[in-house]
Amino acid sequence: MNVRGLAFLLFLPVAAVAQGFAGLGTETEGFAVPQRPAFFDFPADHGAHPGYRIEWWYVTANLEGEYGTPYGLQWTLFRSALAPEPGTGWSAPQLWMGHAAVTTPDAHHVAERLARGGIGQAGATAAPFAAWIDDWQIAGPDFDTLTMTASGPDFAFDTTLTAQGPIVFHGDSGYSVKSAQGQASYYYSQPFYDIAGTLTLPEGEVAVTGEAWLDREWSSQPLSEDQTGWDWFSLSLGTGKLMGFRLRQIDGSVYTSATWIDPQGRTTAYPDGAFQAEPVMRTEVRGNTVPTGWRVQLAAKGVDVTVAALNPQAWMDTTVAYWEGPVTVSGSHDGHGYLEMTGYD
Amino acid sequence: MTRAGLQALLSHWRRNPLQLFTLVVGLSLATALWSGVQAVNAEARASYDAAAETLGEGRYAQITAPGGVIPQDRYIALRRAGWRVSPVLEGRLDGVRVVGFDPLTAPNGFGPVDLSDNALTLDVLLNGVLFGTAEALNRLGAPDVARVVSAQVAPSMVLTDVGTAQELLQADGQLSRLIVLPEQPIRQRALAEVAPDLTLRAPQTGGDVAQLTDSFHLNLTAFGLLSFAVGIFIVHGAIGLAFEQRRPVIRTLRALGFPLRRLIALIAAELLVISLLAGTIGVGLGYVVAAALLPDVAATLDGLYGASISGTLQLRPDWWLSGLAIAVGGTALAATSSLWQLAQMPLLASARPRAWAMQSGARRLWQAGAAAGLLGLAVALSLVGGSLLLGFAMLAALLIGAALALPVILDRVLAFGAARARSVMAEWFWADTRQQLPGLSLALMALLLAMAANVGVSTMVSSFRLTFTGFLDQRLASELYVYADDAEQAAALAAYLAPRVDQVLPIQSVDQQVAGLPAEIHGPAAHETYRAHWLFLQEAPDAWPRIEAGQGAAINEQLARRGGLSIGDEITVADRRLPVLGIYGDYGNPIGQVLVTATLFAELFPAVRAERFGLRMEAGDVSALAEDLRDDFGLAEDNMIDQAQLKAFSLEVFDRTFTVTAALNVLTLAVAGFAILMSLLTLATMRLPQLAPVWAQGLTRARLGRIEILRAVLLALLTAVLALPLGLALAWTLLAVVNVEAFGWRLPMFLFPLDYARLTVFAVLAAVLAALWPARKLSRTRPSELLKVFSNER
Repeated sequence: MNVRGLAFLLFLPVAAVAQGFAGLGTETEGFAVPQRPAFFDFPADHGAHPGYRIEWWYVTANLEGEYGTPYGLQWTLFRSALAPEPGTGWSAPQLWMGHAAVTTPDAHHVAERLARGGIGQAGATAAPFAAWIDDWQIAGPDFDTLTMTASGPDFAFDTTLTAQGPIVFHGDSGYSVKSAQGQASYYYSQPFYDIAGTLTLPEGEVAVTGEAWLDREWSSQPLSEDQTGWDWFSLSLGTGKLMGFRLRQIDGSVYTSATWIDPQGRTTAYPDGAFQAEPVMRTEVRGNTVPTGWRVQLAAKGVDVTVAALNPQAWMDTTVAYWEGPVTVSGSHDGHGYLEMTGYD
Repeated sequence: MTRAGLQALLSHWRRNPLQLFTLVVGLSLATALWSGVQAVNAEARASYDAAAETLGEGRYAQITAPGGVIPQDRYIALRRAGWRVSPVLEGRLDGVRVVGFDPLTAPNGFGPVDLSDNALTLDVLLNGVLFGTAEALNRLGAPDVARVVSAQVAPSMVLTDVGTAQELLQADGQLSRLIVLPEQPIRQRALAEVAPDLTLRAPQTGGDVAQLTDSFHLNLTAFGLLSFAVGIFIVHGAIGLAFEQRRPVIRTLRALGFPLRRLIALIAAELLVISLLAGTIGVGLGYVVAAALLPDVAATLDGLYGASISGTLQLRPDWWLSGLAIAVGGTALAATSSLWQLAQMPLLASARPRAWAMQSGARRLWQAGAAAGLLGLAVALSLVGGSLLLGFAMLAALLIGAALALPVILDRVLAFGAARARSVMAEWFWADTRQQLPGLSLALMALLLAMAANVGVSTMVSSFRLTFTGFLDQRLASELYVYADDAEQAAALAAYLAPRVDQVLPIQSVDQQVAGLPAEIHGPAAHETYRAHWLFLQEAPDAWPRIEAGQGAAINEQLARRGGLSIGDEITVADRRLPVLGIYGDYGNPIGQVLVTATLFAELFPAVRAERFGLRMEAGDVSALAEDLRDDFGLAEDNMIDQAQLKAFSLEVFDRTFTVTAALNVLTLAVAGFAILMSLLTLATMRLPQLAPVWAQGLTRARLGRIEILRAVLLALLTAVLALPLGLALAWTLLAVVNVEAFGWRLPMFLFPLDYARLTVFAVLAAVLAALWPARKLSRTRPSELLKVFSNER
């Protein structure tokens, strides 16, 4: 049977945001829709929201090994609802997909998992916090102290995350607009995690430390029909952190949005056009031409940097394919971060 | 020039249409039987593959539970421990095998169902959709679940989502087994730690069903090959004769300067065209044969092995291509010696069709030597034994050896007859028969093989049936058998029955691997019935008392032979080591069986409860009790089987098993009859020079015709007499060697003289029928034709 086709459809709403396939996931059909002003209820909102069509728990981390070797790590859990109800048993209309990856300067290890909600194989609970699919899990007594594990055929990782700052909200206090037509999602992050742990790689175990960034987002109709893909940046720049994305439209125009986060966790949201990202280098990855070098600007904060992929071949060869990997930053600011690009295959 | 040469060569067939007919029909029949059997085999294999594909048996390791049921939380525990496994639930509903799986975790390509239609996939996950052949879906009376007809799903099987399967089979939270995906994470917790009660099993190459049915297909293949060999005898004869008769044409062509190479190429091309034509006809006939046989084969495989195969035939390109290939290959094989002779032939050699039909002494010597060698080999193989393949090799050596020996023996017998002849007429008859022998020997060999196969197979089948019937009488001791739908009903049923019958015997069993082989473990309650009716072939001292004390187990002959187990050896049943205390005969059962007491069974498999019961009572009370059970207790009619019904069913399964064999037998005999007819017709035209002088000396044409028939009867009788011991040797081989290897049981051999007599009558009748036309032709030959013999140089 063709699971690829299945995953394609089920996670297309996710893919639409994460990857930019236009035309699907724009109807809401009884699902709840994000409202302004956004109101959050923690810890409950760390858990799942089955009344919304799509949702994810998204962790990226920039790591360093004992001898200064840089590594990147990704742990993602997507939830996709076929109907706005939790349900129980095999016929519960909640489906889950996990992606995990470890990127080194010369290798990129990827794994994927699919599961149904309702039987305990995958899910997310708020207190104590846990989000899991199979043996992959992020869990902790609260959202500030977490353990995070995953495994694939040629890699595994066991890490602990400790928050060094507050949770931050994107857009209008967590109501993040995703198009000029007004499609939006609830979106908050914890960008201040210190991370430490062990990577298990084909060549052996590596002790690593670094910084991690967790994104939480849920919605029911995140994209407009004329959007084809997106480029998403999370950068640590010393004087602050920058989250910026660029949604590409069929007509070649782009819709951008950004959040500047100062070291205390105070945020400034920027409307369409303030954040700019232009490809400066392209790489042939698995037969696709992908921009792996960027000039990123946020004039209001004096940011004008070059963003370059640590490993340009960081292709996520999953049922829904995209590029995601660690980047280094140089120019007006020095630093590192993560880049996700969809819609290039 | 090529064109002229071709015309000259082809003119032969115009003048001898009968020869062309023989060639084409012989080759067509050979191809038909061969490709018919192949088609049946291919269809069955495709069905097994579809089933194995559906169940992922061949490609994936599996995790199973000793009792057959894996609780769903074990599955979740394994997933959460890093095991990439996918759940499967199997069960039977309305006679259909329902297989549930999880499309999200199943390996890519698992299950022959195309779910590329996304809306359909969502329907599968959310609402449940049943996939299967139209027939299987129709049989399933289940409530309203969407159905999609899919030819890719194995017959008698319905594929659906595991959640839907749990609902249909009322197996909430239960799974049958877990498929282990080939790609596992770099680390995972040990199975023994996560689920100590589950076991990991490596991929089963070929699957259980394929293993079990292999012997059946080998039997069919052997028959197909035998028929093909008989057909090739005919073809070889026809081609050889055509070459001899065409020698004058060839000589003339070559004398005119026609290059030898081109001549050979032309003849080869001509044969290729003929073989393709005959091959096409043969494949078409083969399809008819296969279509006629398939329902019986399907019934047999289902009855004997529980293997479901499709009852309808599909035209597969590889099948008809191989049919054509074997027709061309067979022709090439039959024509090689003739073409070789043509290449070696001196330019001006003259035609000698008579000499061709005769046989040199050297050749006869060679033949006798080969026959003795092959028969010796057969005896040697029977002493070595050990595998099914050796068994068939022995059969082949025996049959070919005997066929080669036939002309030599017949020649000796006829010489003996001639020496005893008193009148001139008789002397001429013996001598003439003897000199005709080489021309007829191929046809007679075919008859010998066909008859021997008939004797052998019918002896085997009848012996088997006799033993089986006796075994059924002995084993089916309970007067009525009842089945409960679930554990709850079973308990109520047992309570209801206890005061009403002499004895309620619970029948409980589980399927498990024993000594690495599939087997069922039975735990009958101790009762005199078992003691009296399970007779041991071999037993340890005090076998029954010790088994009843739970100190050991009895196993069936199949398990003993396949597992190499004998009395005193230990087997492992649910982690308990038990000595084998008895071995019993268990005919008609393809798999192994282990017998322990009910007490021990309950200890070993605490989760298993009997849902079937055998009831001992007065035979006269059966129908009254059945009525009470139906009307008073509310047990469905289908859940009761009385002894007589069960016996009838078992015998029906048995008889169907051998319908196919019987049909192939008849066909082989028909081919042999055709061979005789064609040989006689061919010889008839060549024999005028021998008959003309006899006619000239006063023997009437009518009398000559009668003598021809008499000769055919004599030869057929002699062949039949020789076929009898050969057939019995064949039967012995089938019973004592092939059966043991293929089915795991050895049967006593019984003789059926009446059957043999009837067969002999049939063979003689076939020979008379075959001789009738040539004899009639002879009696109608115009005197002028006979006179020409004296005036013409021919």
